[in-house]
Amino acid sequence: MAKPQRPLSPHLQVYRTQYTMALSILHRATGVALSGALLLLAVWLYALASGPDCYAWVAALFGSWLGWLAMAAVLAAFWYHFCTGLRHLVFDTGRCLEKAEARLSARVVMVAVPLLTLASLLAMLHFGVHS
Amino acid sequence: MTSKSPLGRALGLGVVSGTHHWWLQRVTALALALLGPWFAISLLLQPDLHYAHARAWLAAPANAVLMLLFVPTAVYHSWLGVVVVIEDYVPATRTKLTALLVVQFLHLALGATALYGVLKVALGSAA
Repeated sequence: MAKPQRPLSPHLQVYRTQYTMALSILHRATGVALSGALLLLAVWLYALASGPDCYAWVAALFGSWLGWLAMAAVLAAFWYHFCTGLRHLVFDTGRCLEKAEARLSARVVMVAVPLLTLASLLAMLHFGVHS
Repeated sequence: MTSKSPLGRALGLGVVSGTHHWWLQRVTALALALLGPWFAISLLLQPDLHYAHARAWLAAPANAVLMLLFVPTAVYHSWLGVVVVIEDYVPATRTKLTALLVVQFLHLALGATALYGVLKVALGSAA
């Protein structure tokens, strides 16, 4: 059977670079990063079920400076993916797809994510989650 | 030559409906839009996460039930997402198949591990 000549969508480079593109690809990147974070969640839950010795080992790992750094990165990725995820769910209903609307929601994301991340980090410091 | 249409030949040979995949990604996204912030905020508001306190948190019935919802939903959403990323960016070679298999087995292992943890703490006697 002859290969059907289907139209191809234009490649990325024909478009002028816009910051909404970065927002979109970062949604994927943070999604993949959060898949990695699920591994940390599984380790934490497994340690919690395994007993105090195993948990102490994992808690020390999470409580190290590297652990804090990872946790901060996971929180930032989580809030980013959460905000852009909501944005994409709205897009999926066919709403807010006009250029101006999409740019406005992009700006809302760019303000909301640092605020949510900062609030989470402050909560982490204040309540001493990793003590 | 078979009389089957190209679609008929492909169905049942690993081809899944793209719409179904897309839809499930959105359904799990909607659930996670609620469960995700609940999990993050609930843990962030704990005074500490020492062993006894963390176990008590997970053993509380409401938390245990929500974790039983959160863990499989998050794992499934992640599974669907990572599979799409591999399908989009890895060229169709043996590497792609290997990557897809590894990622899917990893998600199964991860899900089993996390669920085991939740169930053991939630259903175990007060340790």
